[in-house]
Amino acid sequence: MVLTLAALPLLCGGSASGEERFPPPDFTYHKMPETPVPPPPSPLWEYADTAALLAALALATYLALGRRSRNGLLILAAVSLLWFGFRREGCVCSIGAIQDVAEAVFNAHRAVPGTVIVFFTLPIVFALFFGRVFCAAVCPLGAIQELAAIRPQRIPLWLEHTLGIVPWVYLGVAVLYAAGGTAYVICEYDPFVAFFRRSGAASMLIFGACLLVIGIFIGRPYCRFLCPYGAILGLASKLARWHVRIPPTNCIRCRLCEEACPYGAIVSPPAPLAPAERRKARRRLALFLAAVPVWIALGAVVGRMTHATLARMDYQVRLAGWLAAEKDIDPNDKLALDAVRAFRNTGQSPAEVFSAAAARLETFRTGATLLGAWIGLVVGLKLTQLCTRTPRDDYHPDPRRCVACGRCFWYCPEEQVRRGWIQSVEAVLPQGTPVPLNTVARRDSPGEKT
Amino acid sequence: MASPGKGVSRREILRDGLQMAALVGAGGLGGYLLGNHGQGDDMLWQIDPYKCIACGNCGTHCVLQDSAVKCVNDFSMCGYCDLCTGYFPPEPAALNTAAENQLCPTGAIVRRAVEEPYYEYTIDEDLCIACGKCVVGCAAFGNASLYLQVRHDRCVNCHQCSIAIACPSQAFVRVPGSQPYLLKQRIRPK
Repeated sequence: MVLTLAALPLLCGGSASGEERFPPPDFTYHKMPETPVPPPPSPLWEYADTAALLAALALATYLALGRRSRNGLLILAAVSLLWFGFRREGCVCSIGAIQDVAEAVFNAHRAVPGTVIVFFTLPIVFALFFGRVFCAAVCPLGAIQELAAIRPQRIPLWLEHTLGIVPWVYLGVAVLYAAGGTAYVICEYDPFVAFFRRSGAASMLIFGACLLVIGIFIGRPYCRFLCPYGAILGLASKLARWHVRIPPTNCIRCRLCEEACPYGAIVSPPAPLAPAERRKARRRLALFLAAVPVWIALGAVVGRMTHATLARMDYQVRLAGWLAAEKDIDPNDKLALDAVRAFRNTGQSPAEVFSAAAARLETFRTGATLLGAWIGLVVGLKLTQLCTRTPRDDYHPDPRRCVACGRCFWYCPEEQVRRGWIQSVEAVLPQGTPVPLNTVARRDSPGEKT
Repeated sequence: MASPGKGVSRREILRDGLQMAALVGAGGLGGYLLGNHGQGDDMLWQIDPYKCIACGNCGTHCVLQDSAVKCVNDFSMCGYCDLCTGYFPPEPAALNTAAENQLCPTGAIVRRAVEEPYYEYTIDEDLCIACGKCVVGCAAFGNASLYLQVRHDRCVNCHQCSIAIACPSQAFVRVPGSQPYLLKQRIRPK
């Protein structure tokens, strides 16, 4: 065996180029078989997926906005989980499609299946009109967490806002690595795909299980604090014309829904500010707005400094590192040893790898600077956004965080009246609560069901 | 949608404008991608046999318990040797065809006499674990007709293939669904 290994490098070069040491025989009787090539699954499945996505989005929109049925949404979520998750095994998904889109935008030669493009675009278009109905009951990752959220607790608002930055950072990192063709990190760290396939690396299963256990008490941890696609959809939902509402008609400000949302999406009407406070708030807003460029510059500088660390994920850069210090490779590092061996097999000179790695490093210098600037922008805008107040007089879901799960519907006495569970809203208002003034007037308005 | 009696507020005009812009943007991006990058069939993972060094990671890093990568014998390249170094341990000094001398740890290579003096080697894919031992053996002393390929009846086509991450030679590439295999006789360099 030792002899074999010693002879291997000498012989590999010749055999790799397809040289035939033993010419294939010409048989008299025997018929040479074809090398079996089992075909991939029919592309019809792709079209079925696209049709299923469109149907599920339309149904989710109807259930959330038309029927206002939480049960319907839960059933649809379970069906989506079974189909997109367990039947189609989690690929392709809209979250991962971000990376294909990013790579295609930066790489002219990257072909993208039409299904992937539809999966990326369609939920955004729906969000622009109806909010995050995709998250409500179509996305299998959202569905599995929605079904796991048995005892969801609210978390402090400051934590909600802080962790809410993470998806944007994750989006930036994912785009950076996908655009350069280095890796698809969203897929690499997909928490639930191992469940969908009933098989996968231990780390994947543990990460997914941890998120599910946390998800029992803190609803949808992946959707809220990691999912980059959710962040995009949230932004699109901000422009939605027909976003899901808490009351079916008008808010009577009974405050019964105040605690209903485990995802911290319900916003109370802000109390009016005194003129002095208003001036102070305005000054604060101006200050934070002015600080945004500072955040961007700071992020860019820090990002630029980390480019070498970020580039370490790139294959060319790693290979160059291994070749440069071949003697220092840990004998247990199988990947490094194999990579060096594979490199020898190609017959390239190390200089080619070094120049390719230097070019990659240069690309990463630009990429890391942009990523840093992006993170700075996100932080700056988040702080600015915290200084703004939208004057409203009703309780409404913040479209960025609302996933249209429908939990709040039943809390609303107007909804209970609509469903015929109670005769009038006064029946459920807490004892001693003054009936809000606008109730009577609004409920008598034409077109109202009683 | 204007609220009755109030006309259209500035906020609503701004929102509608932004919404239209976002719609045009999303539609434009989707259309651009479909036009310039889009293709009807799916992209699938495959191994470039000229890059592969048969390190054995395919057998251990696939998300499937039983890896979707299997060894294939490219019959049109195979020498049909009696002393096959893919089938027997490639030790030239002590090479013989005794039954205990199989190289494959799972006995997945089926050896069958076809015509004097030739033997045909077929792979029992249910037994193959993609360890690559036969691939290395065949490449060392034979025609390199044994090599690893992703079997698309088994592959679940992960968006990011786990083996591709662990591949030391960057042999994992995305291929269009219309040409799902990279057989050596089809892609022979030069």
